[in-house]
Amino acid sequence: MDPNTDDTRPAFRARTAELAVAGLFFLVGAIIIFDSVRLGARWAADGPQPGYFPFYLGVIICLSSLINAIGSLALRGPRNRSFVEVGQLRLVLSVLIPSAVFVGLVSWIGIYVSAILYIALFMRWLGKYAWWKLLSVAFGVSITFYLIFEMWFKVPLPKGPLEALLGLD
Amino acid sequence: MDELQSLMHGFAVALTPTNLALMFTGIVLGVIIGVLPGLGGANGVAILLPLTFSMAQTPGGQTSAIILLSCIYWGALFGGAITSVLFNIPGEPWSVATTFDGHPLAQQGRAGTALTAAFTSSFVGALIAVIVVTFLSPIVASFALEFGPPEFFAVYLLTFCAFVGMSKEPPFKTLAAMMTGFALAAVGTDPVTGALRFTFGSVYLLDGFDFLIAVIGLFGIGEIFLTLEEGLAFKGASARINLGVVLETWKELPRYWLTSLRSSVVGCFMGIVPGGATPASFMSYGVARRFSKNGDKFGSGQVEGVVAPETAAHAAGTSALLPMLTLGVPGSPTAAVLLGGLLIWGLQPGPLLFVEQKDFVWGLIASMYLGNIAGLIVVLTCVPLFAAILRIPFSVIAPVIVVVCAIGAYTVHNSIFDVWMMVVFGVLGYLFKKLQYPLAPMVLAIVLGDNAEASFRQAMLMSQGDMSILFSNGLVGGITTLALALLAWPLVTWLWRRARGS
Repeated sequence: MDPNTDDTRPAFRARTAELAVAGLFFLVGAIIIFDSVRLGARWAADGPQPGYFPFYLGVIICLSSLINAIGSLALRGPRNRSFVEVGQLRLVLSVLIPSAVFVGLVSWIGIYVSAILYIALFMRWLGKYAWWKLLSVAFGVSITFYLIFEMWFKVPLPKGPLEALLGLD
Repeated sequence: MDELQSLMHGFAVALTPTNLALMFTGIVLGVIIGVLPGLGGANGVAILLPLTFSMAQTPGGQTSAIILLSCIYWGALFGGAITSVLFNIPGEPWSVATTFDGHPLAQQGRAGTALTAAFTSSFVGALIAVIVVTFLSPIVASFALEFGPPEFFAVYLLTFCAFVGMSKEPPFKTLAAMMTGFALAAVGTDPVTGALRFTFGSVYLLDGFDFLIAVIGLFGIGEIFLTLEEGLAFKGASARINLGVVLETWKELPRYWLTSLRSSVVGCFMGIVPGGATPASFMSYGVARRFSKNGDKFGSGQVEGVVAPETAAHAAGTSALLPMLTLGVPGSPTAAVLLGGLLIWGLQPGPLLFVEQKDFVWGLIASMYLGNIAGLIVVLTCVPLFAAILRIPFSVIAPVIVVVCAIGAYTVHNSIFDVWMMVVFGVLGYLFKKLQYPLAPMVLAIVLGDNAEASFRQAMLMSQGDMSILFSNGLVGGITTLALALLAWPLVTWLWRRARGS
């Protein structure tokens, strides 16, 4: 295990996180209001316009996020506890980033090859397993999924150049 | 007794070799899903849903598909108890309350007793709830046949106000999450006028957000991140259940019949009114502690403290299917995913289902009896096997679960964009969960958004924009008033606390 995941200093405090998420909600609400007004949020001759219902959703989202933001301002001193510690954040990112890379690879080399790479590197990086262990798990999982999805349930998953080369497409 | 006759017919539908095999497969898969971190009832069913698309096109296949998926749900409900008792990690949110007394029992070397008590009371809770579903749902369905758009909108209003009133999350966070769910549901083509809403010229957004993707991301990926924070190693008690322990526990359990009954009532109520299994389990734990003779010993390993939350969680989880089938309004996220399945297979949930799809409805209800018996047998006999799954290190299991989630998200529409959305929803799920934004109402809003908006607009067309149509007769007025009362409930308790404080 990476030794510096034991770092317990707060990376973010609760208030920062609360304000950021409330701001995100406010932004979503504002976008909804904006587009609802563009579509027409009134009552037309033939009934409510397309933006009539969403307009009020946007208003409620904005008002709620304002109230949540004001509420989070009261988090001071000890109540403004750590939202996530540096070590924890590092662990979370060490899963998030490889996962994002994995998803990015799927469109290039197909899901089976990316899954092998992803599982093997993940086990190597976070688990420090021996090569034969991680290769058997990675290949085993990928081949099992191939059998389940392509053979048994006939659900095609994204494939890349390797499958084309092996004639499995 | 029309219901009994229909139920017997349902047993005939459910008791085919294929369906029985699917039932056991579903239960085993469900328990595994319930035991694994990051996979739970809702996203487990969501990931496996695309696999049933082709199954549902064969004659009688819709019934087989719902039996498979609902048994995964029962299995996941059972599986949550295993991790709570042995590892002190609630596999599912509704088994948090089970850890309070279940894990101390395991530490005292009485894991077998705790697990037997948990499984048996789960079974009892589910059984009582199925009986309620059997006899109450035809009545609710025939009643709901008369519903028009205002009544349906009032039911939706009640569903969502219940979340604000009953969840333990701050009310304005519930509101923000819920309304964002509705907004996500509105993205794409407006069903009434055909106008494009909130797409901003992007082709990916034309079809809107699929709630299955949201469920897989919010509950699956988000949960993995949360589990990671706790570190990479699980430390658990070992478990052996032998016949002696089971019989001994069963001899003890009848003593808690009153607790069971109370918890079942709490559970059924919370399942039908969409409070959900999680609040039900907490509420019934609290009630049991207050009424029990040994109330002050709760938390130190009381069997009664395992019985209460488990009974309620299963009763709630099971009875959540009642509003899903009869009104098309699911009572829990997993019921919402099952409802999504029905829609994809071409069935319209709601009162007409009981008239037009008798085989399907009664086959499902019969399978609920059988599935829970199968579940009890499976979990009592295979506990060591399932506990072994939890001993697989997280650095092996986490990437596999991410791959499973990605495949599940991809197969919904065969689109890589959906897999990206799953990652985004995963990050949001992590943030929301840490900041106490509830996920269940958000998911339910994405599922029901289009229907809720349609019934609102139809009701407004009927009344030419006059809101008073929501009070136009006793029925719709009663539901609306109840909804508004629930919505105001947090305000009332806040004022009450202030008044008493000063």
